[in-house]
Amino acid sequence: MVRERARQEVVSALRRRVAAIERGGGDRTVVPPLTLGAPEIDGNLPHGGLARGALHEVLGGPAEGGGAAPGTALAFIAALAARAAADGGCVLWCLSRRGLYGPGLAAFGLASERLILVRGANDGERLWAMEEGLKCPRLAAVVGEVGRLDLGQSRRLQLAAEGHGVTALLLRPGAAGAVASAALTRWRIAAAPSAPTLGYAGVGAARFDVELLRCKGGRPGHWLLQWNEADDEPDDGQGGTQAGAFAVAAALADGPAVPGLAAARG
Amino acid sequence: MAQQGTQRIAAVNRAAAAEGVCPGLLLTDARALVPGLSLQPAAPAADARALAALADWCSRYSPWAAVDGADGVRLDVTGCGHLFGGEGAMLDDLLARLEDFGIDARATIADSLGAAWAVARYGGEVATVLPLDGAAAALAELPVAALRLSPAAAGGLQRLGLGRIGELPALPRAALAARFGREVADGLDRALGRAGEPLSPRPPATTFWSRLAFAEPIGELADITRAARRLTQQLCSLLAREERGARRLELRLYLVDGEVKHVRAGLNRPSRDEGHLMRLLAEHLPALEPGFGADLMLLTAPASEPLAVAQITLTGRELPADDGELGLLVDRLGNRLGMVNVARFAPHQSYLPERAVEVVPPLAPPSDTAWAAAARRPVYLLPHPEPIEAVAEVPDGPPVLFRWRGLAHRVRRSDGPERIAPEWWQRMRAEAAELAGETRDYYRIEDSLGRRFWLYRQGPYGPAPAPPPSWYLHGLFA
Repeated sequence: MVRERARQEVVSALRRRVAAIERGGGDRTVVPPLTLGAPEIDGNLPHGGLARGALHEVLGGPAEGGGAAPGTALAFIAALAARAAADGGCVLWCLSRRGLYGPGLAAFGLASERLILVRGANDGERLWAMEEGLKCPRLAAVVGEVGRLDLGQSRRLQLAAEGHGVTALLLRPGAAGAVASAALTRWRIAAAPSAPTLGYAGVGAARFDVELLRCKGGRPGHWLLQWNEADDEPDDGQGGTQAGAFAVAAALADGPAVPGLAAARG
Repeated sequence: MAQQGTQRIAAVNRAAAAEGVCPGLLLTDARALVPGLSLQPAAPAADARALAALADWCSRYSPWAAVDGADGVRLDVTGCGHLFGGEGAMLDDLLARLEDFGIDARATIADSLGAAWAVARYGGEVATVLPLDGAAAALAELPVAALRLSPAAAGGLQRLGLGRIGELPALPRAALAARFGREVADGLDRALGRAGEPLSPRPPATTFWSRLAFAEPIGELADITRAARRLTQQLCSLLAREERGARRLELRLYLVDGEVKHVRAGLNRPSRDEGHLMRLLAEHLPALEPGFGADLMLLTAPASEPLAVAQITLTGRELPADDGELGLLVDRLGNRLGMVNVARFAPHQSYLPERAVEVVPPLAPPSDTAWAAAARRPVYLLPHPEPIEAVAEVPDGPPVLFRWRGLAHRVRRSDGPERIAPEWWQRMRAEAAELAGETRDYYRIEDSLGRRFWLYRQGPYGPAPAPPPSWYLHGLFA
């Protein structure tokens, strides 16, 4: 029954795509892609960015037992979701645990009035919530912290995302590895030492070790990405936080940014 | 039909009553009276449950239905009679259905609860509808116990030779009150409708309800859905007339076998949008098991809130609410996962990091406060700061090494301290020294692998004998 419906959805999605191609609009290029704002990475992706209305997977989320710092992956996915919602729309974030911190996310452009949080007790509830969210065209993106999912479940998410044009972002534990999924891209995000600033011993701009592990129709890549915060100028009374932007600090051919990083990450 | 201690008869059926067995009789006497008496242990809890279910079922006649004592159900049927073709027809319908269930019942409709109670229990008829102002005449011949008196008061009246209710009104009230307190006078007033008596309904009664009865029971999902849609339309037009929106919905299906099925849904914001309400209900309809079918459906809005008239377009249709689709999504998520699990962050003016965020309903209007842009805050804040072992080079400096959850982190860079003091106005009575002990010095730390943390030291370093202040990890940066 379910499989039958899934098959019908596939067929109807294909029909829509064929119709779009026949209209001369091409495949997904009709909708402007979701860019990171860093030309080096966007240029490496097919269509110049992440396809909207599709499933993307980010590894490096909270592990079951805690342990390594998940802050980088959270921030990366928050920035992506914020960019998806930049021209209107909300973001639904399906949480696995408490602790996501509004002021920190706002610094990555994800304002609190744009963000709806829903907490699910298990992966099943979170996947259900994600799918519901993906069917709501008022949302720009749906983020889901999901530990385990199989190919069929990821395909359902991909179909729901495609059917309603809402971008799905899966945040998975860093250890979630080689399981096949229907996501168009798979990223691994880790922390990287901040940029050294001349004459300043403090913590510099946040840097991300960004690895594009898999990309449908594109090539994998590895970059050192830096988040440049907006100037901390005195607030002009608007009250809003000015979002910063990503910039590639270095392309990493292979090997980690810091010797010993890969070993430590295991 | 037994009661513990000295075993007595608790209740009897009609056949046993005909043989002379009555409640209160000793078990041994009853056995002697009727040798082949069939006995069941009394189960008051199960009886109460069954009665509650019966009261629930009775809400098909009126939303104001309540359990009455241990053996009755009371209904306020004011204005409900016309739905059944008159009060007499309603009573016949009720008794016929109860008989189908094998329930031996007697029913009375009267102006006052007291009169109905008395006639139903002590009147001779199975079904009685008292005419307006007919209570006094109907009650005159009934025993005084029909006034819902305590056994002491009833016995006292009996001893005075006052056996019938009709003999009481002639007596001076002062004399009655002097002898029995207010009990007898009050009972009389309630029975004759001179004193009001509130009826506490079983489920909270609502003013917004729509109702649909079927000649033939319906059990198909399509039929139930169609009926639910009609009920929703009716309810929405009622709500629109009062300029209100539903916050909760309850759909009841009265099945032919006497069971009542409930479908409940909550709404994040008041709504009277037919489509919205219907979608919330429709989700649960397939899971209903209507058995042999339902012959009555009732839709109520147990909670509602004022909702202004929406703008009407030229075509006469209400403009969809701005967050219609979002509202539906939020309601669906909340109904399945719990309303408390769907939320939004809102800035709250506080220096304490854990108090700077308020969790508000997802569609609450945005607040006009904002988080300070300049303060660097982590993306993840541990629900409870976790104690860490930290080694600092100088007493007031950042740590050079710390251990968190079993892993050692060598500090490469650090920012700080940012001193965050507790909000003194939160605790006016606290001593100054105590407050100083709660001052936190926060540091932004980057370890040798580039992971960034938010640590704090609780309280200052004191003179030598004092223990060194403790360190905590509170947040994770990007």
